[in-house]
Amino acid sequence: MLKSDLTGAATAERLALPRSLIPARRGGVWGDRLYQGMVRAAVLAFVIIVVGIAALLVYAARPALATFGWRFLATADWDPVAEHFGVLPFAYGTLVSSLLAMLLAVPLGIGAAIFLAELAPFWIRSAIAFLVELLAAIPSVVYGLWGIFVLAPLLRRWVEPPLGRWLGFLPLFQGPPYGVGMLAAGVILAIMVVPFIVAVSREVLLAVPNHQREAALALGATRWETTRLAVLRYARSGLLGAVLLGLGRALGETMAVTMVIGNRPEIALSLFAPGYTMASVIANEFTEATSDLYLAALIEVGLLLFVVTVVVNGLARLLVWSVGGAVKEVRE
Amino acid sequence: MSRAAARRATNAAMNVLAALAAVVVILPLVLIFGFLVFQGSTALNVDFFLHLPKPVGEPGGGMANAIAGSLILIGLAALFGLPLGILGGVYLAESRDRRLPWICRFLADVLNGVPSIVIGIFAYTLIVLPLRHFSALAGGVALGVIMLPIILRTTEELVRMVPASLREAALALGLPQWKVILRIVLPTARAGIITGVMVAVARIAGETAPLLFTAFGNRFWHHGLDQPIAALPLQIFAYAISPYDDWHRQAWAGALVLISLVLVMSLLARLATKGLYNRRGNYG
Amino acid sequence: MRKLTVVAAVIAALALVAGSQVPAPAPAAAELLINGAGATFPYPIYSKWFDEYAKVEPSLRFNYQSIGSGGGIRQITERTVDFGASDGPMTDEQLARAPGELVHIPTVMGAVVATYNLPGNPKLRFTPDILADIFLGRIEKWNAPRIQAANPGVTLPNDPIIVVHRSDGSGTTYIFVDYLAKVSREWEQKVGRGTSVKWPVGLGGKGNEGVAGQIKNTPGALGYVELAYAIKNHLSVALVRNQAGRFVEPTIESTTAAGVARSMPADFRVSLTNAPGANAYPIASFTWLLVYKEQADEAKGKAVVTFLHWATTEGQKYAADLLYAPLPLEVVRQVEAKIGQITFQGKPLLVAR
Repeated sequence: MLKSDLTGAATAERLALPRSLIPARRGGVWGDRLYQGMVRAAVLAFVIIVVGIAALLVYAARPALATFGWRFLATADWDPVAEHFGVLPFAYGTLVSSLLAMLLAVPLGIGAAIFLAELAPFWIRSAIAFLVELLAAIPSVVYGLWGIFVLAPLLRRWVEPPLGRWLGFLPLFQGPPYGVGMLAAGVILAIMVVPFIVAVSREVLLAVPNHQREAALALGATRWETTRLAVLRYARSGLLGAVLLGLGRALGETMAVTMVIGNRPEIALSLFAPGYTMASVIANEFTEATSDLYLAALIEVGLLLFVVTVVVNGLARLLVWSVGGAVKEVRE
Repeated sequence: MSRAAARRATNAAMNVLAALAAVVVILPLVLIFGFLVFQGSTALNVDFFLHLPKPVGEPGGGMANAIAGSLILIGLAALFGLPLGILGGVYLAESRDRRLPWICRFLADVLNGVPSIVIGIFAYTLIVLPLRHFSALAGGVALGVIMLPIILRTTEELVRMVPASLREAALALGLPQWKVILRIVLPTARAGIITGVMVAVARIAGETAPLLFTAFGNRFWHHGLDQPIAALPLQIFAYAISPYDDWHRQAWAGALVLISLVLVMSLLARLATKGLYNRRGNYG
Repeated sequence: MRKLTVVAAVIAALALVAGSQVPAPAPAAAELLINGAGATFPYPIYSKWFDEYAKVEPSLRFNYQSIGSGGGIRQITERTVDFGASDGPMTDEQLARAPGELVHIPTVMGAVVATYNLPGNPKLRFTPDILADIFLGRIEKWNAPRIQAANPGVTLPNDPIIVVHRSDGSGTTYIFVDYLAKVSREWEQKVGRGTSVKWPVGLGGKGNEGVAGQIKNTPGALGYVELAYAIKNHLSVALVRNQAGRFVEPTIESTTAAGVARSMPADFRVSLTNAPGANAYPIASFTWLLVYKEQADEAKGKAVVTFLHWATTEGQKYAADLLYAPLPLEVVRQVEAKIGQITFQGKPLLVAR
């Protein structure tokens, strides 16, 4: 079996030329300095923006942080009238709906990207690629309304009853089929996230140099084996980037999810049960939040969503790194 | 089964699965598009593109100002997000610094997960409150911030995919680093970066929540970038949540127009960048 | 690459130029733009009014966006808009936070109805305690004895009641729970009043449209929406027993009747639920426009005040077609007096006509 390190990444690193060997041409040094300055400035500006948002959130959430402390993380109660707030059911909802969405979207998305990049005849390729990008442009409110009027009834009548009958021994599929609920939210998130994964993955796969494929084919690999060994492995970092982009969208999506998830701040094991996500509760109650503590509690939920995103991203990277080796150095 | 036959069978099965995946991915689009066309096509007429919104029950209302407003907001967002995003992405792919790229990459993924309404609140606090009024500018900034991580990460990944052999050849010929990036690397990665930009544009074109507190919406033509401005998602949202069928139809028509706008922009972007370098890092 | 940069630069320049120029034919000086924000419920009638009023005063442009009652209150407090709109009256703390004295002007009335999805679309009657207990989770099935007793002759299915409420904070919710708190001690203590509450049971739908859509698509569902949404979605509407003991159908007339049957406080911050009149529908409310008593800008102040006068008199005739209930005449008289108290630098802005 061929070793995976076809690319000779290590060789490339070793051959990297030190700067001093590049002859200084006219416009060389100053151009380089300007370039370095500009890119550094861009990155710093970016970091400042993100840190600024986090700082703003922390500042605005102060009253809630002070009042509730750690209890906020463990309480499952959300009572705006009595001013008891706890984030647990929302965190559960966000994590479960996003997980479900990714479970559906990643295999489908990468599979479709492989089809579009490697297997499809040329005329199908661009057409479907465009169609997929169109999916990304549909406003989330349209997804939400389509969800209420088409998806939820569909699930309630054709999908949830059979699932309940055949797989009802699992707590995942118990309870009355409302149509709306965690399953609907996961499905609609998957639909919204798939275009990102497909579009970016396809570009990444197309960018894999041909000689990788040619080398594998020359050794007698089938198309699938070529894809698996030469292309996917080379493109691993890019594919992870695509998946993380999709994941980010899933974690932060509000409009469409809140229309189909049932908006019940309770933790339930069943996918048929209604749930609630962190992004949804912010969107639902922010404009109407009457007291300062209420507002601060909502902003604290936003802050915690920030934290959840950090943790989930970290875990995802860790997972890929431990399974496949360092994700970064894939050049040749 | 012989080894070779097993491998051929796996190959065939995987091809089928991949094709199936593509079909399943397209299916919701067909359904949603069908839903929109079925519900909204009756409201698409010349009035829709030329007139301002009218109260319910009166014929001849349109979304002309919202269409223009959305285009302007996307332009503003791109002005803010494109340079930062592409430069930042290049940095992330090319830099040999130890910590900054890693932090930046992480923060980009995190920012991508922040709900758009929170970014709207950020822009509101930063721009609307000090100026004491809503403006197109604030809306553009909010949308630009949402675009940033998508463009940043896509650019990084695509630039990273450019083979080092190309870079080394250019460097060996004596080109300074910045010229290598500008003339060799970026053009090679161009198609993919454009896709990333178009995906980002598609994303912000449909965003409603961040515009609620920034661009605010306007029933009339705006008179400057420091005034409230109409936008398609806002108008669609306002009509979709009303009880009137007439407004519902206009909302679906508006969604169709929005999607078509993104499609046209995407086509234009592709046409304008047809170049020498094909995707696979090869020439010709 | 060069071609692309040039193209991009040209497009960007064009966009900026287009964005800052005035596409409309009229010069900016002749038009005054007045911004308002707030409740979603009155958005249709306000758009109608602004459009009709533009025929009376063509130089004025009123731009109203529905971001929610709470949003309206917040924006008028921070003075980023010229007027606010709310389905629920501001609390004392909210009023205290505003930099000036805010005036509540009632504009129209609306009714919150109990709507449901049952086979055969029977016309149901609910007593206040039945409604409260359904939303408390104490009554779980459609054919519960108490519901059957209030509806003799109707065959009710042996199915669970799927309760649907609002997930987003809203004035509609406020009106409904205010009513439940008045008629049920348990509701008042356990859940209370607010634009968002902790619902004991039920699914949350986003917006009136979300709730109506949910009910329409779920057999056995019961929820509350503004009257217009129930009618437009062809949903069954229940009769509710009012304080006088009669089962009243929610109509435009019975809603207006609820505004009469009450002594009006001077600042119009009143709850009209469970009104005492014989024909009054018990779950009704005003919706208010919020303006500062002392206006900061004379031209805008004058524009707002003359519009308010027009809306509460001439404008009322447009209400019924859009399924809003006009203000009762007694209230209109008091409202006119109030509008006369809005001043600029101490002088009333409304010139007597």
